[in-house]
Amino acid sequence: MTSTQWTRVRSRRLRRAGLNGLGLLVALVTLFPIFWMVSTAFKPATEIYSLTPHPLPAHPTLANFRTVIDGSVIGIPYWNFLKNSLFVTLVSVAASSLIAMLAAIALARFRFRFRTSYLIMLLIVQMLPQQALVIALFLDFRRLSLLDSLVGLIGVYTAFALPVTIWMLRNFVATVPRELEQAAAIDGAGPLRVFWRILLPLTAPGLVATSVFAFIFAWNEFVFALTFLGTDTAKYTLPIYVQYFYGRGSVDWGGIMAASTLFTIPVMVFFLIVQRRMVNGLVAGAVKG
Amino acid sequence: MVKTVSGQPGGSPAGLRPRPKNQAGSRNPAGRVFGSGPAGQYTARERTAALIRRRHLAPYILLLPSMLAIGALVLWPAVQIGLFSFQSYGLPQVTGAAATDWIGAGNYTAILSDPEFWLSLRISLIFAAVVVPLTLLTGTLVGLLLNRLGRRMATFVSGAALLAWATPAVSASVIFVWLADPDGGVVDWTLSRLPHWLGGGAHWASFSWTNSALPAYTLLTVLLLWQGFPFIAVTVLAGLKTVPAELHESARVDGAGPWRIFWRVTYPLLKPIFLVLLLLSVIWDFGVFTQVYIVIGELGNRDEYNLGIYAYDRAFTQPPSYGAASALAFILTVVLLIITVGYVRASIKQGAIN
Repeated sequence: MTSTQWTRVRSRRLRRAGLNGLGLLVALVTLFPIFWMVSTAFKPATEIYSLTPHPLPAHPTLANFRTVIDGSVIGIPYWNFLKNSLFVTLVSVAASSLIAMLAAIALARFRFRFRTSYLIMLLIVQMLPQQALVIALFLDFRRLSLLDSLVGLIGVYTAFALPVTIWMLRNFVATVPRELEQAAAIDGAGPLRVFWRILLPLTAPGLVATSVFAFIFAWNEFVFALTFLGTDTAKYTLPIYVQYFYGRGSVDWGGIMAASTLFTIPVMVFFLIVQRRMVNGLVAGAVKG
Repeated sequence: MVKTVSGQPGGSPAGLRPRPKNQAGSRNPAGRVFGSGPAGQYTARERTAALIRRRHLAPYILLLPSMLAIGALVLWPAVQIGLFSFQSYGLPQVTGAAATDWIGAGNYTAILSDPEFWLSLRISLIFAAVVVPLTLLTGTLVGLLLNRLGRRMATFVSGAALLAWATPAVSASVIFVWLADPDGGVVDWTLSRLPHWLGGGAHWASFSWTNSALPAYTLLTVLLLWQGFPFIAVTVLAGLKTVPAELHESARVDGAGPWRIFWRVTYPLLKPIFLVLLLLSVIWDFGVFTQVYIVIGELGNRDEYNLGIYAYDRAFTQPPSYGAASALAFILTVVLLIITVGYVRASIKQGAIN
């Protein structure tokens, strides 16, 4: 090899090392807040409020998790809030997936008047500010005695998840070849049978992706839960519980970080499981057709 | 199984004349002709099915549940906000002690002379103007970086970004408030130990980031940047993957540097994606609520409100004035709708609606 070739190889290696170093830096800076949350959750109070913060707990403890789980601070154990969150989330995910599936079939398989208008309406509705609509919904729910009730929250989560879930599912339904359905219909299968035997199995991955989206939306939602569940602490969902824990004046950061860790980890696990679909789905829903 | 026609009044008695198999079920849409034969021969269910088919009602029936849910819980509240904004709507109206009180544009004229409204609007606008370009720039740079990294490193970096993206707004907010806490927070500790020429110094010890607007929104800028750049990076990366490698290669052979390649090759190709990302970011950052609500420590300090928080405060701080709050919420909604129109048009141009 000539010396110029050597220089070129060396400069390419140098650039590669530089890029990797930059990547590493971006990843570490991005991970730091999450790392700090988990690390604080395992620290005893003396280390949390020490004058020199250390990255890792010197004497890791489960005390913070214990206060959260047995509820010795608020008086209500963590399981109560977990149960509320799971109930609201699972029911609204099931409802919105079912409703979105019906709408997606209509939008992907039929040509009819108002079809384009409906699609545009969904795009617009998705952008309406929730902190504005919550004012009217609060007054409606008050009249209907749906305040301090998880049922009202389920209805709102179902409706607000629909625009995106319909968009995502529509793209998945559109990828199923129409010929498959026609062949089944010619063989004597009715519409319901075609749905169960052909459309549902083939759109199952899409349905998983949409359900995960609806799950994350309902699990994380803050404004509606904050407003509708105002006075009844036992009805709180996890985000409101974490916020309530934090807003209580004398701040117990170890406990808050433990509660926040328990609340965050399920979402992260979900996210990593479906990350590729999630990205594709969101990009497909938000950007491309 | 749908009942067969025989056995119904007007038909032949059951069992006497077995029907041909392909006609037995109305389950088979292809094998039946509706509307032939006397009307009495069909059950109510079959007649409904025939009507649905004749009038092409199927798509509307499939859309009905979503239409009802969105209509009742999203669109109707939006209309109500508009209606309430022209009323004096307080506790007497809620309890029914007083009748609906239309006051015309009264709420709007009051808002225009309300310094707290102008302050909150200014905060919302400046915040969006700072955070949007920052997020787009960082996201695009990370997207370009991801595109050039080796497979393993790219997975690691995008995994880290996904975790930040996956962090719920409530968790992210309490984490950042804790990082910037005056007693024991790692941010103040680090700043107070930085050398003077880097902006550090002892005055940072026990500095409160949440008690006044400028530090609070500085913290919020970092928080929203952290939560927002992964989506941009991942979307830009997905767009970059669609750019043929030969284009970059030939530009490089022609002697173009990375800066020139980005502006002359990559950017024109990804322009539609950037437009959508820009509009989405504006909508998100102008309308941000949860993070602000937590960082400024719930309601109370009006100097730190953005428009959304101010509207919320007028509705839910005693005594509530739902009329004024609705007018503020309506202004917020209209601003966001104007941006949304741009977003919808960009989406249509991209072929998202077909």
